[in-house]
Amino acid sequence: MPDKTKAAQAEPLSMMAVVAPAVGWLIPGAGHMIQKRWIRGLLLFVSIATLFVLGLAMQGRIYKANGGDILDILGFIGDIGAGGLYIVTVAMDWGQGAIAFATADYGTKFMIVAGLLNFIAVADAYHIAIGKKQ
Amino acid sequence: MTITLNHFSAAAVFALLASIVFGITHRETAREMVRYGLYCFAMFLGGVLVAGWAMWLLRR
Repeated sequence: MPDKTKAAQAEPLSMMAVVAPAVGWLIPGAGHMIQKRWIRGLLLFVSIATLFVLGLAMQGRIYKANGGDILDILGFIGDIGAGGLYIVTVAMDWGQGAIAFATADYGTKFMIVAGLLNFIAVADAYHIAIGKKQ
Repeated sequence: MTITLNHFSAAAVFALLASIVFGITHRETAREMVRYGLYCFAMFLGGVLVAGWAMWLLRR
């Protein structure tokens, strides 16, 4: 009997439960869009991408993996959440930060928060994929 | 291109965009999402205003 209960609890991992979070990380909101949650996906994409691009435009600094300092590593973890936006930014060598601008620090925080919000969106896409959420 | 926002504008834009994500990800139905998004937006901006006035009082 306990075996049966355990088997009932262990849901098989569907393909969507793997693909949706991965795509959602790479392109914010795409994890919702491939599950036909078009409006939610679009709103998530617009919100997260706008926050990230505004951060760049405010001359915010992007954190790299080899920061060394613990705070730099935490900043990197936040930034990496933005997925494709982060990859493009690093590849194009944008986000160097400019201390001449007082608002550059806001920009840095905008990009970190964009990444963290995308982590939440990825978790939400996963919950939809496993049927925990509509 | 460089965008320069003042503190309040930056906080308002941040509040709006973060509230949209919170609303969508933390609630089930569309109605609840809108309500929770508006609640988060109000809390963000209210927090900014309260903190701003608190700092103004502390400075005096």
